[in-house]
Amino acid sequence: MKKDLKLYWKKNLSLMVVLLSIWAIVSYGFGILFVDQMNAIKIAGFPLGFWFAQQGSIYVFVVLIFIYYFIMKKVDEEFDVHE
Amino acid sequence: MSILTWTYIMVGITFSLYLSIAWIARVKTTSGFYVAGGGVSPLANGMATAADWMSAASFISMAGLISFMGYTGSIYLLGWTGGYVLLALLLAPYLRKFGKFTVPDFVGDRYYSDIARFVALMCAIFVSFTYVAGQMRGVGIVFSRFLEVDVNTGVLIGMAIVFFYASLGGMKGITYTQVAQYLVLIVAYLVPAIAISLKITGTFIPQLGFGSTIAEGANAGKYLLDVLNQLNTDLGFSAYTQAFGPGSKSMLDVFCITMALMVGTAGLPHVIVRFYTVPSVRAARLSAGYALLFIAILYTTAPAIASFARYNMINSISGVEYSKAPAWFKNWEKTGLIAWSDKNQDGIIEYFPGDPFTGKPTFTGEKGSYGQELLSNSPTDNKNELFIDRDIMVLANPEIANLPPWVIALVAAGGLAAALSTASGLLLVISSSISHDLYYRLINRNASEKQRLMVGRIMIGLAVCVAGYFGIHPPGFVAQVVAFAFGLAASSFFPIIVLGIFFKRANREGAICGMIAGISFTCYYIVNIKFLGGTPWLLGISAEGIGTVGMLINFIVTLLVSFMTAPPPADVQEMVENIRFPRGAGASIDH
Repeated sequence: MKKDLKLYWKKNLSLMVVLLSIWAIVSYGFGILFVDQMNAIKIAGFPLGFWFAQQGSIYVFVVLIFIYYFIMKKVDEEFDVHE
Repeated sequence: MSILTWTYIMVGITFSLYLSIAWIARVKTTSGFYVAGGGVSPLANGMATAADWMSAASFISMAGLISFMGYTGSIYLLGWTGGYVLLALLLAPYLRKFGKFTVPDFVGDRYYSDIARFVALMCAIFVSFTYVAGQMRGVGIVFSRFLEVDVNTGVLIGMAIVFFYASLGGMKGITYTQVAQYLVLIVAYLVPAIAISLKITGTFIPQLGFGSTIAEGANAGKYLLDVLNQLNTDLGFSAYTQAFGPGSKSMLDVFCITMALMVGTAGLPHVIVRFYTVPSVRAARLSAGYALLFIAILYTTAPAIASFARYNMINSISGVEYSKAPAWFKNWEKTGLIAWSDKNQDGIIEYFPGDPFTGKPTFTGEKGSYGQELLSNSPTDNKNELFIDRDIMVLANPEIANLPPWVIALVAAGGLAAALSTASGLLLVISSSISHDLYYRLINRNASEKQRLMVGRIMIGLAVCVAGYFGIHPPGFVAQVVAFAFGLAASSFFPIIVLGIFFKRANREGAICGMIAGISFTCYYIVNIKFLGGTPWLLGISAEGIGTVGMLINFIVTLLVSFMTAPPPADVQEMVENIRFPRGAGASIDH
């Protein structure tokens, strides 16, 4: 039981690390640090860096939270810690 | 019907709706009063959180700010949405499992210390008051612009309404009113945005519209953003999509401000407390997702409105003779949100970078030779003749797009919904901080449920009065203190809550030293720049971004001091272990 819970916590933490890395890459990476390089690419009327800073990152944020919700729902049930 | 009649009808209908909801949702228990009994559905809580979060500033000012800042406006878009990812992954589920009423509750219990509780309490009250003063002012301004009543009368009406539904229904009343307020404000924001997007680009989704080509006129067939870049550079501004151009913020500053706003969002007590209202840990995670989804609808529309408004403004005003300027220009000139000082006496409105004159416009009351309002401000040396308040980009939108009067009335109701929903959420945090954390936890541990409810209601009344006072007599530093609210939330709550959950070894000594170090550094830096006229000496990081550094200091000090002192007692470590697993959250609400 105790060991199970450790594994549960580890799974939770690694999922968090993956999702937070994506969070940082789209906003701080594409939208700020590499915005000039990204702006060289254009999709329709949007320079890509500008698009990530004003649109894309926000969409990704929403998706990340829902991914976390759905995966954790499964993990909670797998380890039998759900409510 | 006139715009004014429509506005009265629209505001009347929405206000009666809020009051009826409050009456239906009135409560008798402290858990109902503080956290709506912990039984709000994730969807409803998501909407309420979105309305709570989006203030008068998001609704009225943000698109205008972005319009003038171009790329740099992203700091608000990223900063005020990215924090929800941190909330959903790092804070909300665990605080829900912990399951008390307030943020100081968690800090006090986790760090087994009334000093820590008290420091957290003071931060919560300060941050909330800072924020609520601006909201009350926002209510007054919307009233005065759209209903032609005095700003002060507007503030008083707003106070009465908020007091009624907050004291009656507590968190429960506020939550369900906020759901209604979200619906009002989002419709009011989208209708003009869609109409303008259709008009300029022929695309009815604004989010796609601002990456599309222009439908008609001299620039037909060219991409809107390309045309904007051209217009901006022709007039001497940086290109609209250009990052870190001359005159705008450096990369490091943009990075730090974005981070401070994100982390600050995740640390704001009125946002965190919303996640105590849902029935389970899973619901808290889902609710954060819904909240950001509902926020994103407005936040992805705002940059589109910003670019449409910029295009419209330059095209219809810049280089145009005053006598041929559009009607909305003259309508808004009366309010002082637009002013034109014909420096070279040629009758043409010329728009360039820089302030046209010093200070806000003050009209002499006389008319110039072209019929313009004359100004008593002393003109500056540059060529710019045009003063434009950023708020006009949203407020005048419906007129610029020639929309019917009821849409203008709807925008007024939306602005009020945004201001009232945020104000009520903040007032509840102030009231629960004082009645629960201060009165019940620190002063009278034997207070009965009835006494605590009574104190809660009285505190809402007091808080409304203080907020109203600041709304009527706004301190000159309202704009400056916004940096304070986020800087403090980032440098105080966020690090010690995160460490409290993810690092069992973090202890009382560490948390107290960390909070005090983070807050002192941040306060010192902001006061030095904003009030004493100091320079941003730390790598050019502005006052708005310094919360990021304060947060790092808090993290480091908490860790160092925790390692040097005794570990937390066994029961606290067990509690930390316990909040990491969702099971049993439903029961933990009744303390």
